[in-house]
This record gives sequence, C-alpha cells and structure tokens, in this order.
Amino acid sequence: MTPLLQLDSVNKAFGGLKVTQHLSFSVFPGEIAAIIGPNGAGKTTLFNQITGHLLPDSGRILFKGEDLVGLTTQAIVKKGLGRAFQVASIFPEETVLDNIRLAALANLDHTRRFWRPSAEHRQATEAAVAILASLGLEEQGGRLAFELSHGDQKLLDIGIALALQPTLLLLDEPTAGMSPEERQRTRRLIGEIRREYDLTLVFIEHDMDMVFDIAHTVRVLQQGALLAEGTPAEIQSNEEVVKAYLGEEL
Amino acid sequence: MGRSDMKSLCNGNMLGWGALILAFALVPVLMTSQYQLNVACNVLIWALFATSFNMLWGVTGMLSFGQALYYGVGGYAIGLTVTYLGSQWYFAAFAAGLLFTLVLSFLLGLLVIRVGGVYYTMLTLAFGQLAWQIMFKLYDFTGGDDGLQGITLPGLLANKVYYYYFVMILVLLAVWVLKRMAYSPFGLILRGVRQNPNRVRFLGRRVRRNQLRVYIVASLFATVAGALMAGVDGSVHTDMFFWTTSGEVILMSVLGGISHFFGPFCGAVVIILIEDIVGAHTEYWSLLIGSIIMVMVIGFPRGLVGGALDVAAKVRATLQGAKHDDTTLTAGLGK
Ligand SMILES: Nc1ncnc2c1ncn2[C@@H]1O[C@H](COP(=O)(O)OP(=O)(O)OP(=O)(O)O)[C@@H](O)[C@H]1O
Ligand SMILES: [Mg+2]
Repeated sequence: MTPLLQLDSVNKAFGGLKVTQHLSFSVFPGEIAAIIGPNGAGKTTLFNQITGHLLPDSGRILFKGEDLVGLTTQAIVKKGLGRAFQVASIFPEETVLDNIRLAALANLDHTRRFWRPSAEHRQATEAAVAILASLGLEEQGGRLAFELSHGDQKLLDIGIALALQPTLLLLDEPTAGMSPEERQRTRRLIGEIRREYDLTLVFIEHDMDMVFDIAHTVRVLQQGALLAEGTPAEIQSNEEVVKAYLGEEL
Repeated sequence: MGRSDMKSLCNGNMLGWGALILAFALVPVLMTSQYQLNVACNVLIWALFATSFNMLWGVTGMLSFGQALYYGVGGYAIGLTVTYLGSQWYFAAFAAGLLFTLVLSFLLGLLVIRVGGVYYTMLTLAFGQLAWQIMFKLYDFTGGDDGLQGITLPGLLANKVYYYYFVMILVLLAVWVLKRMAYSPFGLILRGVRQNPNRVRFLGRRVRRNQLRVYIVASLFATVAGALMAGVDGSVHTDMFFWTTSGEVILMSVLGGISHFFGPFCGAVVIILIEDIVGAHTEYWSLLIGSIIMVMVIGFPRGLVGGALDVAAKVRATLQGAKHDDTTLTAGLGK
C-alpha cells in the first residue's frame, strides 16, 4: 500500500531555532495517527508546512504521491487536505449553518454565483445540514458562530473542514480547552466522522486518554525531531518517551 | 429556518420593496418644485453610491478612501461626451464610463489590494487625489475648477420629472442587484474574507481575487451614481473626484450602520436631508451638521438601522415576554 501522506526528511528553522529536524514518516489510508510532544515541540509548525502556510527549508511532503512543497494553501486544499485549527478558525459573525454552507459552496465551486441567495443553494445547504447533524450541532444552526461555547466552536471548525470533503484531515488539538464531558463527546464524534466520511486522520493532542484510545499510531516530537514512533502500546512502554514527555503527563 | 419563517421573510421583503418604490414614486406627485425634485435625485444617487461603497467596507472589510474616483469618472463621462459630442451620445457615454471604470478599477485594483489595511486605504486616497489633480489641471479640456455646465439630456430625459423617474428606476434596480449579490454565495465569501481571510484560503478560495471582484463591482456602481448626478442639474464639478466626496460616503455608511445592507442607504437619506434643511436656514450649516451627526453616531453606535432594529427587538421582547427571536438582530448581513 502506498502512503497517503509521506514526509521525507523535512527541515525547518526559525533563525537559530530548529522547529522541524529531519522529519520522516508515513501515514497510510484509513490510519488514525496521533502526534504528541511538549509545548513548543513544533507540532503546529509541522501542520503549517504540510498545508502550505510555511515553506520547509528542505525535504519533501508527498500527498497521494505528489510533492506539496511550494504549492499554495488553496491548491493543497483542492487536492483533498482538510484542517481544523488549534484556535477554532470560523466566521464569527455568520450563523453556524452559513459557516458550513460557505465551505460547501466553496467545495462545489459556487462562490462566484452572485444572484440566487446562498440559502437557496440546495446542494450546499443539504451538505451543510448533514454535517451539522453528524456533529450534533443541528440545534445550533441558526445561532451566530461567536455565540457558541468554546467546544462547539472547535466542532464547527471541524465541520468547515469536512464540508470540503477531504481525504486527509489534520486536527490540531481538537479537545483543547474542553470540559471532560465535551472531550468524551468529541472523542466519540471523531471516531464516528472518520467512519462516516472515510477519512484518514492526523491529530495533535495533549490528552493522552484520547491518544491511546483512538490512535492507531503515535509519533512523539521533541524539539522538532522524531523521538519515537509506534503503536500506542509501544509508545506507552517506551522508556525514553516516558522519561521525556509522558512522565509528567501520567 | 422553517418554511413559514422563510415565507414571512419573503413577504417582509416584498412589503419593504413595495413601500420603498411607492415612497420614491410619489415624490414628484407630492413635491412639485424643481428644487425638491433635485433633492430627491440627490438622495437616491447618494444612497446608491453609499450602498455600493459598503459592499467594499461593511461587507468585505476594505475601507476605501478613493471611491470618488469612479464616481467622478461617471460624471465626467457624461459631462465631457455631451459637451463635446452632443446629447445624442448620452447612452453611449454611460456605457463608455462603465467600460472605462471596468478597465481602470481592474488595473488599480490589482495594485491596491496587494497592500492590506491602512495602506490600502491610503493608496486608494492617493489615486483618488491624483485623478482630482489631473481633472483640475486639464483646464482646457475639463473646465478645471469651473467644471462643465449646460449638460443637456436627450429626448424625454430633458424633462425633470421623467429624469427623476429614470434616476429612481436605475438606482432601485442597482440597489436590488447589490442586495441580491450581498446575500448570494459571492456575498457570503466576501463576508468570509472580512472575518477570517485565512480560513477563506483554507476553503480553497483566493482572498485577493474576491477582493478584486468586489472592488470592480463597487466601482462600477459608483460610476452609475456619478453618471446619474451629471443630469441632475446639468453640470459636473471636479469636487466629484475630491477626497471629501469619498469621505461623505464613509460618513453616510457609519451613520446608517455598516453591518446592515440598507444602513448606508438610510445614512445617505438622512445626511442629504439634514444638509438640505439645515443648509437652508443657517450659514453655520457645516458646524450644525457635524454636531448632529456626532450625536447620532454616539447615540447609535451600530448605526441608525442597527439602533432601530435594537429598539424594535426590545419592544417585541417586552410584548412577547421572554420568548426571544433573533431573526432581525443578526450582526452581519447573514440573514
Ligand atoms: N512564525 C514563527 N516564527 C518564529 N518562531 C515560531 C513561529 N511559529 C512558531 N515558532 C516557534 O516554534 C516553536 C514550535 O511552535 P509550535 O507552535 O509548532 O509548537 P507546538 O508543538 O504546536 O506547541 P503547542 O503544544 O504549545 O501548540 C515554538 O518555540 C514557537 O515559539
Ligand atoms: Mg500547537
């Protein structure tokens, strides 16, 4: 099987600060891959390189066998890469439904249409309503996005990404700042949407219960370098990882 | 949104448009003096200019200080053509003005949207002032500071009442088109560009491309407004290009409320009427207008339309008890 996402010796430094060091790993279709590591380890920066916000200094990032390095974010998104952000990236003054409807319209390439009201675009609206239902946000559809709870805003961010029908979804700390109940719900939801939308997932997470519960594979980053890689069981029993990172968490 | 909500919204829409058309259609019946007709034309034209400007600012978040440029293009397209070629070229001049703006706004748009925020604002101001300087200096051709007088209109348009209806129909049509646009997928992505450009890129859409599109659209409608103004009292003046003209539409938008589609429209109506009424009674009119507007802006920070909707919502809330209904109270144009 060929990997869906393949990092090949990616390097990035901000001045003297090395944030990505010789990073190589592969994610296969259907995989749920977790990336863990202490604050400032370079996890978000890695996502930023994959999605074209930042240019790596060297190395290749292959998606479906094609090198993404140098492509614009727009081009990368169109190849089927979706992303939800560490701080929910939503349209605060629009309704929850319109947030997802806009993404669905973009996905259908309908955002140049300037005559019929967006609410009357049936295909996009149906797609948006279906996503709201999968996220359990159907009751919130008419509210303005900024009025949602922090946890629901994170879900909405995922919903926007889903509307673009990605094959690979990058989630940056999906449960950060959530209450324990919201975490439970989100963990369950992420499993469900992966199955429903047939996704490959790469997620960054500090909540180890979530990591060891749903991930198939785990990568540990430290100062931009890969400290360890393996199944959750292997990572949990890796002495180096326990010493460097998990020790403080567990 | 349920079916009945949708229906009542549509009915509300129809009712609103009906009232608007009726109100403006009755003006020539109720007010017979030429002067009053001119004021009514001014109201309509500034309302269109302000509404088109707000597609840039309120909707997309691009504060332009140079839309007077395209307004002036409209006015001088009519003024110069009719002066040099005769009034039979009126409609061709209209089209030529629009074509000129299409090309100019495309080229200048490519430049000004490269820079963001306050630099964008400054650059639009600079281009506007440059155009004003050029028109000012080309005295032999443009009449310079004296402007162009005696612009006659062809056929029926020479009649003041007919011309008023011509202005009314074009302005209301244009505002209707802009409203369709504001609530369409295109309008939605423009609001997205204002609120979260990074997310827009992550929808696979180009931020600058959409900014350029709305810049061209707003400029075209500003040109329509300018072209219509040339016929109101048969003259154009370089003031049309001056930065205070750009400033005036900003003021109208703030006063009416930039988060509501009809905010700038209402702001224009109020400002033109105040200028007219106050200007007729005192020579300190600019001072008075300034004070009145300041009080209004402080009293209604969300604009007159925003304030009115707040009041309406409060009244309804007290009438209905605690049952809340937020369909009229959306912050954006999101309904
Ligand atoms: N644009 C930038 N310029 C300079 N330094 C940066 C930039 N972006 C991130 N950094 C630095 O790079 C390091 C890695 O940051 P990154 O956001 O990737 O960490 P992270 O692993 O996501 O941490 P967290 O768990 O706190 O989200 C940090 O030291 C950060 O300060
Ligand atoms: Mg991070």
